[in-house]
Amino acid sequence: MISLSEYLILGALLFVISIAGIFINRKNLIVLLMCVELMLLAVNINFVAFSHFLGDINGQVFVFFILTVAAAEAAIGLAILIVLFRNRRTIDVDDLGTLKG
Amino acid sequence: MSFEKFLFYLFAAILVGSALMVITRRNPVHSALFLVLAFFNMAAIWLLAEAEFLAIVLVLVYVGAVMVLFLFVIMMLDIDMATVRAGFIKHLPVGIVVAVLMLVEMVLVLGPKHFGLTKYAAPEAAPADYNNTAELGLSLFTQHLYALEIAAVILLVAMIAAISLTLRKRPDSKRQNVTRQHMVKKKDRLKIIKMPAEEKG
Repeated sequence: MISLSEYLILGALLFVISIAGIFINRKNLIVLLMCVELMLLAVNINFVAFSHFLGDINGQVFVFFILTVAAAEAAIGLAILIVLFRNRRTIDVDDLGTLKG
Repeated sequence: MSFEKFLFYLFAAILVGSALMVITRRNPVHSALFLVLAFFNMAAIWLLAEAEFLAIVLVLVYVGAVMVLFLFVIMMLDIDMATVRAGFIKHLPVGIVVAVLMLVEMVLVLGPKHFGLTKYAAPEAAPADYNNTAELGLSLFTQHLYALEIAAVILLVAMIAAISLTLRKRPDSKRQNVTRQHMVKKKDRLKIIKMPAEEKG
């Protein structure tokens, strides 16, 4: 049988991969957004696994809401990305320092 | 090794491999397509964990809507690939160090010693007439009704925000302004001139 720790370690593995992705893809805002999506997915697997092992449906309800918020975040993030590209002709994170005093 | 465990490890291996491809590919289109593969495998793992409704929702919402939006945006923007990749090697060592440290710490906490089968026994398989969607719906529409309504408002706000952010007024467009057309009065347009009648020549 699959144990709970296997699910949790899979989630941890996915989470650290997306953290490494955020470190190495500093120039590309689109890949950064994808890494955030991957992170949310890694967190969701913990909820699903605990829901399965503790026999509690509330964990899956949480995943449902996380999916909702993640979809909203992706939509707004991509909209900001488009406006940014329209104004600056770049999606490099390092070039976004215009608010610096 | 049981067949279920074999399936879990197969899906987990493809999932981790495609996640690695997402963060290392040069082309963001390839990254997005590998992310689709990762979502599919995650849905399969959720099926193994008896979360059937969420697995289907993951495929429908993420693969069907969010990733298509990502691909759409990637293809709409004209990104210069050479500058995008500039800091990759520079940040690679610190990324790997942080990732490995975090993974070691998390494995120490989440390992079989604390969350193994002896601590958390595997639950019995659900009976054949168990309906995951009905259970989830019952919980959502009774216990979590307010949260569900707030989630609906969040989606509405996100939709309006995305539209209003990207809406662009073109100065040269020939669009009619219906409000101004309705507000026009007779004296703005019509000019009546009094003049004597002309004699026929």
